[in-house]
Amino acid sequence: MPDDGKSESLKPATRRGVAARRQPDDIDRRLINTLQGDFPVVEAPFAAVGEALGLSEHEVIRRLQSLLDDHVLTRFGPMFQIERMGGAFCLAAMSVPEADWLRVVEAVNAFPEVAHNYRREHALNMWFVLATETPEGIAACAHRIEAATGLAVSLFPKEREYFVEMKLEA
Amino acid sequence: MTSVDALRAPATAGDDLAAELDRRIVLTTQGGLPLVPRPYAEVAERVGSDEATVRSRLAAMLADGRIRRIGAVPNHYAIGYTANGMSVWDIDEHLIDAVGERVGALPFVTHCYRRPRHLPDWPYNLFAMVHAANREAALARVAEIAALIEREFRGACRRRDVLFSAGILKKTGLRIGG
Repeated sequence: MPDDGKSESLKPATRRGVAARRQPDDIDRRLINTLQGDFPVVEAPFAAVGEALGLSEHEVIRRLQSLLDDHVLTRFGPMFQIERMGGAFCLAAMSVPEADWLRVVEAVNAFPEVAHNYRREHALNMWFVLATETPEGIAACAHRIEAATGLAVSLFPKEREYFVEMKLEA
Repeated sequence: MTSVDALRAPATAGDDLAAELDRRIVLTTQGGLPLVPRPYAEVAERVGSDEATVRSRLAAMLADGRIRRIGAVPNHYAIGYTANGMSVWDIDEHLIDAVGERVGALPFVTHCYRRPRHLPDWPYNLFAMVHAANREAALARVAEIAALIEREFRGACRRRDVLFSAGILKKTGLRIGG
């Protein structure tokens, strides 16, 4: 999706959301694929990654910063499993009237508990993931979102996890 | 006491200190690792610890599953996966787990969960995320799932739908409070 390339941070409340500013080149793709594996927990991990790819430590850091700045990567770091820390994740959805779309995106995204938010093509057109420090926090947060938006939130807690694999070949 | 409670209730003062340090590490790194040559030393400085301890705490959190992995999360649009379809299925209650395990094992399914129905509007209880380069390819994969279910679990699927993503509105990952 085109972007003016000037704004320092993309406005989240656009109709289609966060877009990448550029396509990754071949070296970026190799780096992305490597970084979707386990990042080493050693003193100089970027040097270790660079060694495997034939890149200097400086080049790895420079490219990673640029991929994050340009939204090719959405984040880099530990992925915490909040359920293993006593908290909870929950998928939630809302039916947002088109005329109200931008206001509702802004209101929902303002909640720090909203970890991801996607627009989807369905009567339920906004799907987001809540992450809270306690299991009870999910329902409480859903109520606060309902109060803030005036719209009903449907919760879809996972009852069974059959498979999760977050890697995608770049 | 559930296993979750056990994780939240350390038995000794030493565990208590470790839990407090772990919490500070989570708060410091949930927005991302610092992009410096020695990121764990930088984290250690911010949480008031030393590099070796931070690395051993991260290793412990990786080992017990509190951290799924350390690494990069791509914007899937940017790396060529422009069609992100959440396929949803109304599966017979008695077969849901067998179907879920089978669908989750398909190489192009990245997430697969059983979730509650919201009747009458939402009859679907199985969610399988499919990523592909375009909508046609994603739909072909959904058709492949449908054929597999019909072949191996005849009559188990009553209805299905695919909700395509029309944009990422937010993708920060979790943020717990200070």
